[in-house]
Amino acid sequence: MFRESPIIRWRNYSDRYKLRGYKCTKCSATYFEYKGMCPCGNLDFTEIDFSGRGKIAAFTQIHGGPEAFENKTPYCVAVIDLVEGARIEAQVMDCKYEDLKIGTEVEAVFRKFYSSGEKGVIHYGTKFVPKF
Amino acid sequence: MRMKRVDIMKVGVIGIGITKFGEIWEQGLRELLLDAQLRALNDAKIDAKQIDSLFTGNMIAGLASGQLHIGAMAAENLNLNKPSVRVEGACASGSLALRQGIAAIESGSADIVMASGVEKMTDISTEQVTTALMGAGDEELEGFNGLTFPGLYALLASAYMKEYGLKREVLAEVSVKNHFHGARNPYAQYQSEITVDTVLNSTMVADPLTLFDCSPITDGAASIILASEKTAKKMGAEVYITGSGLATDTLSLARRKSLLRLDAGINAAQSAYKQAGITAKDVSFAEVHDCFSIAEIYAVEALGLAKQGEAAQLYTSKQTYFDGKKPVNTSGGLKACGHPVAATGIKQAIEATMQLRGEGGKRQVKGATTGVTYNVGGSGGTACVHVFKKMK
Repeated sequence: MFRESPIIRWRNYSDRYKLRGYKCTKCSATYFEYKGMCPCGNLDFTEIDFSGRGKIAAFTQIHGGPEAFENKTPYCVAVIDLVEGARIEAQVMDCKYEDLKIGTEVEAVFRKFYSSGEKGVIHYGTKFVPKF
Repeated sequence: MRMKRVDIMKVGVIGIGITKFGEIWEQGLRELLLDAQLRALNDAKIDAKQIDSLFTGNMIAGLASGQLHIGAMAAENLNLNKPSVRVEGACASGSLALRQGIAAIESGSADIVMASGVEKMTDISTEQVTTALMGAGDEELEGFNGLTFPGLYALLASAYMKEYGLKREVLAEVSVKNHFHGARNPYAQYQSEITVDTVLNSTMVADPLTLFDCSPITDGAASIILASEKTAKKMGAEVYITGSGLATDTLSLARRKSLLRLDAGINAAQSAYKQAGITAKDVSFAEVHDCFSIAEIYAVEALGLAKQGEAAQLYTSKQTYFDGKKPVNTSGGLKACGHPVAATGIKQAIEATMQLRGEGGKRQVKGATTGVTYNVGGSGGTACVHVFKKMK
């Protein structure tokens, strides 16, 4: 495998750090991160910074991780419906996995993800914590 | 009065060849592919020079073996300088190679085609395989968040189990049945029977999926030789492909319309059925993509073998065994037969051909006339369905 270039992740920093999405100017559909062409055919979007509040639509706890996360298992990943309408996939943390349910309300937090090797860039992004 | 002429596509299967699936330490990528190619030529009783074009599915050799340019490799293996192309659609790569082969024959550019799939997966670590396979998901929206393939299907399972009340023990029946069939298939990776307890008590991979809900890491290759209807009839072929359907969807789960079904699978099945002029009721057996137990539940519903949300009944009543009303995965499926990613789609086609030829041995479906294969790439970003018919 190749060592990851920092550029690959840097491109998406503004979206990830601010949980920024895009809203179609024609049909108002919202997406987390860039969406090239809306299913309605429109190419124009306005930026929308999501509030970070949402509900779990599906979730799992991963015990066998990929290379970048192999030392972090087990960790929880969920499909989350944001209150503004977009659906995203993200890690849910700072909780007991057993306490999570479909429908649990969650809130976005800014967290470290992993680093590209010992001397590599540290990548950050958005994870979620439950609001019990 | 004008008669409506119905043209049903017919492409003949004139040869099949498959390697043993498993941890094949002795053979590399090239040797595995050659092994399957030679077996298919032997079965077809033709010389390699008679092949007009080759299509070879492969997903991870670029990462796992540092080898790309698989098209040229496949032709070189047989000392050919003919058109030869590598086809990639994640875990559906094999079916896509098959479909490209059919298209070449239907277009008239080739009369005899070899479609293969090959994957060498055990040369790298489990973590590296996990990373490589995640290339089939959405790298930015899913991979970056630590998602894995078992993780994606576990997300689907969590949504489906909540919505339809599918019980954990019933989901385990998928793997139990597939191991039962694998135990009756000489080329399967795992030829041993298991129980529901084996599944429930095995190591957790991605909750609720345990190790025995997951297809293994496998080396293997499979080749199939196709011919135009005219040539295939001359050669005495019994099995014909009469429908081919392909559909796609978003790479990521989050951007799908629903987590409770795979729309690509439903659309591919409908277009293959339409082309073949059949409905789900005509299907004698199905070979489907059970990369994870929950994927087989989605597959039988996409194929119309069960209504949306009702697949559990097929498993509690054991109808999906080879001697049941709706046999599914008589090869042992991806779970017991093994899942050398791009070889799987061709393996499914080979199992369908063997069943229709009456070569199913201890897992033979009696009186089978119509078989369906259902191959999925990623978590449903690609789905490819083929219809096989016995004709005499």
